[in-house]
Amino acid sequence: MLPAGLEAPLARLRALAPTGSRASALTLIALLLAMPVAFGVHDLSTTGSLTRLGNNLVDGLSNGAIWALVALGYTMVYGIIELINFAHGDVFMIGSLVAFALWGTLGLGLATVAPLLIAGLLVTLVVAAAASGSLNVMIERAGYRPLRDAPRLAPLITAVGFSFILQNVGLLWIGGSQQTVPDLIGSQDVLLALGGVEITNGDTLAILATAPLVLVLTVFIARTRLGKAMRATAQDPDAARLMGINVDTTISLTFLVGGLLAGAAGLIYALYQTTVWFFQGFTAGLIGFTAAVMGGIGNLQGAVLGGLVIGCIQQIADNRIGTEWTPAIVFGYLVLIMVVRPRGLLGEETRQAG
Amino acid sequence: MRPLRNLPLPGDRYLAVALIAFAVGLPFLFETGSPFIDDAVLALAFVVMALGLNIIVGFAGLLDLGYVAFFAIGAYTMGWLGSNFFSGANGGEGFAALVGPPASELPGVHVNFLIVVLVAVAFTTIAGIAIGLPTLRLRGDYIAIVTLAFGEIIGRIAINGDQIRIGGVWDATVAKLPLIPELGDAGLTRGKQGITPVDKIDLPFLDPLTSLDLRSWYFVALALALIVLFVNIRLRDSRLGRAWVALREDEVAAASAGIPIVRTKLLAYGTGAAFGGVAGAFLGSYLNTVNADQFQFSFSIFVLAMVIIGGLGSIWGVVLGAVALSFVNTYLIPDVLNALPHDVGLDFDLTQLSYAIFGFLLVIVMVLRPEGLVPERRRRLEMHGVGAGDRAGAGTDVEIHEGSAP
Repeated sequence: MLPAGLEAPLARLRALAPTGSRASALTLIALLLAMPVAFGVHDLSTTGSLTRLGNNLVDGLSNGAIWALVALGYTMVYGIIELINFAHGDVFMIGSLVAFALWGTLGLGLATVAPLLIAGLLVTLVVAAAASGSLNVMIERAGYRPLRDAPRLAPLITAVGFSFILQNVGLLWIGGSQQTVPDLIGSQDVLLALGGVEITNGDTLAILATAPLVLVLTVFIARTRLGKAMRATAQDPDAARLMGINVDTTISLTFLVGGLLAGAAGLIYALYQTTVWFFQGFTAGLIGFTAAVMGGIGNLQGAVLGGLVIGCIQQIADNRIGTEWTPAIVFGYLVLIMVVRPRGLLGEETRQAG
Repeated sequence: MRPLRNLPLPGDRYLAVALIAFAVGLPFLFETGSPFIDDAVLALAFVVMALGLNIIVGFAGLLDLGYVAFFAIGAYTMGWLGSNFFSGANGGEGFAALVGPPASELPGVHVNFLIVVLVAVAFTTIAGIAIGLPTLRLRGDYIAIVTLAFGEIIGRIAINGDQIRIGGVWDATVAKLPLIPELGDAGLTRGKQGITPVDKIDLPFLDPLTSLDLRSWYFVALALALIVLFVNIRLRDSRLGRAWVALREDEVAAASAGIPIVRTKLLAYGTGAAFGGVAGAFLGSYLNTVNADQFQFSFSIFVLAMVIIGGLGSIWGVVLGAVALSFVNTYLIPDVLNALPHDVGLDFDLTQLSYAIFGFLLVIVMVLRPEGLVPERRRRLEMHGVGAGDRAGAGTDVEIHEGSAP
């Protein structure tokens, strides 16, 4: 037996030692930092400045802000019913298409004056978000709710089915090729240059539009009665029901909020990328899911963090390795996360990912 | 007392014999070059593929959304070992192993189809185990996503594979690795251009197949399907098959009953993948091209839909599902119903919507009849009104009945 005085310091030491959990977190962080650090060192040794990496990171963060909005929808739905809502990426795509179509209807173009443009964009934001939100609720009602007591894989399979249906809706709507969206905000115009690092209008829009949405969502979940109901249902649906919470309504509400965010992300994406495509939701969905898992699925801050990180990885891969390899690199990261730390950066151990 | 409906059906074995006789006789009802036989060959290849996926998803309960990876690896094996792809092989003379003319006289590597199948089985088994390893700690839908990611990575490699140099001499400007200089200026794949033409199947004692004589292709496909079907049935009734089902039903209980979880899971991935490789090698030769466009996510879902609609875990259901969906895809939608939207005044072809139709079928089947068209007996009992007491007895019945199936 140790003398009594030594036990407390020893326990403290033991807590500091890299236990399994801490080691896996460090491994994951090292993996995520590998690419930026490697290319940063490469830049410094060849050109002596970090400008190129800085530009990659600015583009990555703004692109990542859009993925963060998509990832939030995944993580909220997973948090409450432990389902990977496979159709979520395609709900995002429908949001983009609604915005694209509405700009045409409203006659928004490059010649529109600023006040009208802002008003028009706000209208489209509301409509696109509402369309995606209600679509998500309908999918839940038709495809997931009847399967609440079925084997776990059943709703995942219907989700895949809905994903295909929505893709074909998009295909019929705008055709098979990428459509160019009028560059309403001058997405590539440089707004601000800080020592060679260029911040474009698109970057600014993505960050400025995402930040308040995330903030409102956080307050909504943390402070309101409905948010509390959502957290309670996520923790234990049966107990929540006993406490008088209408679990079905709460789940529908979660899908609504996730869909609203996806619709908003769809609009921002269309403005930012200035193209829309019926297949954009597939990649966006997988990237969003990767972001959600990277941050720790079910964790809102984690989804945002994961979105930003995956955005940076994607931009660096696009710029340094080649866009044709980017999906493979992102999915490679997804597999690595699953191997190293399935619970992600901020996540807690779940039954699925334990 | 056993409920009567659980007794083995007396006609099962006869039904199987009748079906095989029908399948053998079928091509003689059509001309040897008829489009129907073309559709039937594809359907049989999909039977092989779906039976493989059924081992992973149906028996072992591991949802695999990246099955296309194994199709790709099998097809590329055929492309590498049976075409002019490695044109520099043997100093441009070509390398032939157990194949006759015309293939043996051309440049490139030309290996007998049976050996290609064995190599494809080896490659896909290794790939299946490789994809299985990272999913061992995971359950349920996480497995689905990891397999999907794996399928997409393989798809990306197929598209950009010509950038990955495995032949040629060292060239610092394009970072070309002189791995196998004898192979000439070859990449790993030929991307969306595709490796074409691919050698026709050349079996011992028979003339090489030709693209005109579809009947012979049909019999090769039928033979493959029957072998795979037989292996599937034997596997299901084996110790390993029971271990898979136990794993599917309850992993923790299976582990505590002494089933080696890791080995059982990896064997499911490996075996299922191997069947995909067989079908891939066959389709590579039959379609006469190995093209990166063939290896998309929608293909995985197409095969998954066959398994789900036929009945997860039910061998005969999966055979039916594969044949039915394959014909829906190659015949019903493009030939029969394609003009339907125009007839009701809409401006599109139904072929554009084929994946929406499969998606819709997935949703409908899952919501209305999750056990599929021809459910596995165990699942039918689970889903439809058998009391808990009966279920205990039903369990033993399943073994008796399935053991006696042909």
